[in-house]
Amino acid sequence: MRYLPLTDADRSAMLATIGAASIDDLFVDVPAEARLAGPIAGLPMHASELAVERHMSRLARKNLTAGDAPFFLGCGAYRHHVPASVDHLIQRGEFLTSYTPYQPEIAQGTLQALFEFQTQVARLYGCDVANASMYDGSTACWEAITMARRVTRRGKAILSAGLHPHYVSLARTMARFTGDQLDTALPTLTSGAPGDDMARVLAAVDGDTSCVVVQNPNILGHVADLSELAARCHEKGALLIAVVTEPVALGAIRSPGEMGADIVVGEGQSLGVGLNFGGPYVGLFACNEKYVRQMPGRLAGVTQDAEGQRGFVLTLSTREQHIRREKATSNICTNAGLCALAFSIHLTLLGETGLRRLAALNHASAVAAADRLSRIAGVELLNDSFFNEFTLKLPVEARPVVRALADKGILGGVSLGRLYPDAPDLAGGLVVAVTETASEEDVETLAQALEAEIAA
Amino acid sequence: MSMNSEGRVTRPETDGSVADAAPRSFTGNRALMLEEALIFERDDYGRSGVDLPEAPAVKSRLGGLERNRAIGLPGLPEPEAVRHYTRLSRQNYGIDLGLFPLGSCTMKHNPRLNEKMARLPGFADVHPLAPVDTVQGALAVIHELSDWLVTLTGMQAVAMSPKAGAHGELCGLLAIRAAHDAQGSDRSVILVPESAHGTNPATAAFCGYRVENIPATTDGRVDLDALTGRLGPDVAGVMITNPNTCGLFERDMKRISDAVHAAGGYVYCDGANFNAIVGRVRPGDLGIDAMHINLHKTFSTPHGGGGPGSGPVVLSEALAPYAPLPFVTKLADGGFRLVEEETADEDHPGSFGRMAAFHGQMGMFTRALTYILSHGADGLRQVAEDAVLNANYVLRSLDGLLEAPFGHAGPCMHEALFSDDGLAQGFTTLDIAKGLIDEGFHPMTMYFPLVVHGAMLIEPTETEGKATLDQFIGALRSVAERAKAGDPALKAAPAFAPRRRLDETLAARKPVLVWKDAALPEAAE
Repeated sequence: MRYLPLTDADRSAMLATIGAASIDDLFVDVPAEARLAGPIAGLPMHASELAVERHMSRLARKNLTAGDAPFFLGCGAYRHHVPASVDHLIQRGEFLTSYTPYQPEIAQGTLQALFEFQTQVARLYGCDVANASMYDGSTACWEAITMARRVTRRGKAILSAGLHPHYVSLARTMARFTGDQLDTALPTLTSGAPGDDMARVLAAVDGDTSCVVVQNPNILGHVADLSELAARCHEKGALLIAVVTEPVALGAIRSPGEMGADIVVGEGQSLGVGLNFGGPYVGLFACNEKYVRQMPGRLAGVTQDAEGQRGFVLTLSTREQHIRREKATSNICTNAGLCALAFSIHLTLLGETGLRRLAALNHASAVAAADRLSRIAGVELLNDSFFNEFTLKLPVEARPVVRALADKGILGGVSLGRLYPDAPDLAGGLVVAVTETASEEDVETLAQALEAEIAA
Repeated sequence: MSMNSEGRVTRPETDGSVADAAPRSFTGNRALMLEEALIFERDDYGRSGVDLPEAPAVKSRLGGLERNRAIGLPGLPEPEAVRHYTRLSRQNYGIDLGLFPLGSCTMKHNPRLNEKMARLPGFADVHPLAPVDTVQGALAVIHELSDWLVTLTGMQAVAMSPKAGAHGELCGLLAIRAAHDAQGSDRSVILVPESAHGTNPATAAFCGYRVENIPATTDGRVDLDALTGRLGPDVAGVMITNPNTCGLFERDMKRISDAVHAAGGYVYCDGANFNAIVGRVRPGDLGIDAMHINLHKTFSTPHGGGGPGSGPVVLSEALAPYAPLPFVTKLADGGFRLVEEETADEDHPGSFGRMAAFHGQMGMFTRALTYILSHGADGLRQVAEDAVLNANYVLRSLDGLLEAPFGHAGPCMHEALFSDDGLAQGFTTLDIAKGLIDEGFHPMTMYFPLVVHGAMLIEPTETEGKATLDQFIGALRSVAERAKAGDPALKAAPAFAPRRRLDETLAARKPVLVWKDAALPEAAE
C-alpha cells in the first residue's frame, strides 16, 4: 500500500493523542450492524505496480487503436494530431493536481489560463464572452436550452434535424422531467439538401419559441448559413443556439456569432484532448454579453490585488449553486479545467495561422476523399457543402459494411443506422470524417475495401 | 528569521509591508517567481508553434461560408509556449507541492501510474463510436470498475455515464422521478438538509422539484423529527450527504431510510465523502437508493484545476430499472455488449434515457480502476481508516485553540470542522486562510458548511503522513494564535504569494471576462 504513508507506530501514537483505544472507536457513530468486520468479500487484495500495469495493458491491447487503422470516425469526436508539449504541460503537477481556484492568490496559473481560454473561445465562436468550460458539448447544449428558457421565459425549443442525435437524446431525457417542449425531426438522405430542414425550422419559430438549436457543420457534415434563421429568431423574440462539434471547422468557416447566434456551445475535444473513448471532453459555452448573468458554469475575471497588481479570480459567483442553491443558473459545480487547459495550449501553439492551415488541410483531405469515395459505383455523396466530414449514401445498409471493414482493420466511418436505429430510411448513410491524420493511402485503402464490400 | 518553540523557522519579523522590504524589480519578476503576460498582450499574432504542411489547392466546398475576418488568436512558438505555461503553473498550488486540506473536496496524492495507464493508446486513442467488437478492452474496464463500485457499496447497479458529482446527483434524481412516474405518482418535493452541498438543491430544482430545507440538530446532524414529520404523499425523496458536510456520520441513516421508504419516497445520498467509509461501510446496508461516487475524490483521479470529474451513480434494486443509457453487459462468451438506444427497448425498457453523449468519463475510469487495483479490498479499507484517523488527529490536536462545534463529544469522520469563535475583533476565517498561505499550505475550506459560523473544514486525507500533519498543525496554531491576538500583519496576508489579497468585489462589479484590445491584428494568411 505504497500510497499510504502512516506506519503502525504512527497510527498507535495518533490514536494515543486522540485518546482512542482502537480505530474502531472512531467509527462509533456507524451503527454496529452496518460495520464490516474485514475486507469486503469477492474482491482482490492490493497489487503491485507491475501487476496492475500488466492487467491494464492486457485490456488496452484488446482495443483496436485509432492510430493502428485507417481511421475515418467522427460524429462529434475527432482524431487530430496533438503536439507533444500539450500533454507534457498539462501533466505538470501544479496544473494536474490543483483544485478549483478557490484561493486566487495561489491559483493565478489556473485562473490566467482560464481567462485566456475564455478569450480564445469567445473569439473562435464570434461571441462577446465565454465561460471556463462545461463537461462536454452535449451537456453544454442542454444548459444552453435551459438558459434560453430563463432569458425568454418560454418553454418551446426547436431542435434542427442536423443536431447530433445523442444531444437530442439528452435533451429529450431532460425535457421529460423539466416540462420543456421539444420540436424535433430526423435528417433526410436527400442529395444536396442542407439536411437540416431549414424550411421546417423557419416556419416553426413563433411567439412561444425559446430557442432554435442548430448544429454547424451538422451531423451529416453540411455547412449552412445561419443568418436568415438568426433574423427570424430575433424577430420572434427567440434565441438562436448554434452547436459546433468540430472546433477546427471554425478555422475555415465563419463563426456562428458572426452569423447572428446568441449562444454558441460545442465540443472542444478536437483541440488538445484526444478521443478517450468518449470522455473526458470539454464543453465550450459562449454568448452575447447581455446574457452573461444567466450563463451556467464558472467564470474567471480580472481584478487587482492589495498592491494594485493585476490578478485573476473566479467571479459572478452569485449565479452559482454554492450561493444560490435552488435558484442557481445550473447545478454544475466542477468544470473541465484540465481539458480546457489542453484545448487552450493546443490553440496557443497553433495560433491563428496554424488553425487556418490545419483547417485548410482537413478540408483539402476531405474533398479529395469525398471525390474518391463517390466514384465507387452505387455510392452517392450527399453533401454540396462540408468541412472535414461528409455523408455517403450506400446502395446497401451501412452497419454491416462498417463491421466488415473493421474485420479488415479499417475504421471506415459511422453508420447512421447506429445513430438512428429506429429510422430505416437512414440505414444506407455512412458518415466519413477525414482529418489531417488520414493519409492518401488510408483513403485508398478505405475506397478499395468499401468497393469490395458493396460489390460482395 | 526566528525560530518557534519546536525549532522551525517562522515568518520574518516585519511590520507587515513586505513589499517595502523587498522593492519591486524592473521586470516585475522575483527571482524564480516570474510574471507572465497574457498571450494576447504579446506580439505573436502571425506566428505558430506547429509545423503543418501547406494544404494542397482544392476547390473549396464550404458552402460559400469561408471565414473572411480575423479571429484574433495569437500563436506562440513552441519554446515560448512551454515557458508561458510552465511559468503559469508555478503560480499554482497543487497536491504535488504539499498538503491541500480542502474539506469536502478530498485532495489526495495523485499516483502517476494512473496517468500512465490512462494514456495507453488502447484506451486514449479509441473512438466512442468504434464498432463494439473493436473496443472490448474499453468495455471490460467499464464493466470491471462497475463491479467494484457495486460490490463496495452493496448496491444493485451502477450508471457510469454521469460526468461529475453534480451530474451524478441529476442522474439519481432522474431515476427517482422515473420511478415515481412509473408508479403514476406525481410527487413534487425533495427534502434537503441545510448542511447539504449547494449542488443538491440546485439539482433538485433542475429536474423540476420544489426544494424544502430540513434543519440540523445541535450536534450537526439531520433533525430526524423534522424530517420524518415532513414526510408525506407529496415528498418524492430526500437528499442526504453521509458522511455529512460537518464531517459526521449520520447515525440515524437507517431510520431515515426506513421512514422515507414507508412514506413512499426514495433516499438519495451524496457520496462525495465516500472515502471516509469505503471498505468499512456499505451504503446499501443503510437503505440508500441512489448515491454518486466522485471518482476523482475517493479514487484519486486528478482534479486538474477544477475538473474533469466523474460521478458514477450506484442504484438500489428499486431504482436500477431506470438507469440511464448506455451501459455495458457481459455476455455468456466473456465478451461485452453495449446497451444503447437501439437495444434498450428489449433489455431495459424503463431507462430514463441518455444524459450525455457517449459513455462517460472513460479516461477517469482507467485512472480510478488503476487506483482501486493498486489498493485492493484491503487497501481501500485502510484508506478509510487512515483518512478518519488523520482527521481526528487534527481535530484533537487543536483542542483548546479553535472551537470545534461538533467535535466535543465524539469523533469526526474524514474531516474536522471548526468555527471562528474566539478570534480577535475584526479577524475572520479568511485571515487564518490567508495566513496559512504564507506558511506554505493551501488553506482549508472556508465558510462551508453554512450551519457553522466562519466554518473551517479540514480534510487531511489518507495520503498525508504524521510529520506533515504535525507541521500543518503547528502552522495553524501559530496563525490562529495571531488571529486571536489581533496581529495586524495577519490582515495583510498573504505576503509571499504571487499576489496579495485579490479584490473579488471589484471583479464582480465590473466584470472583465475576456481580453479586449483596441484593434485586432489582421489574419496573417
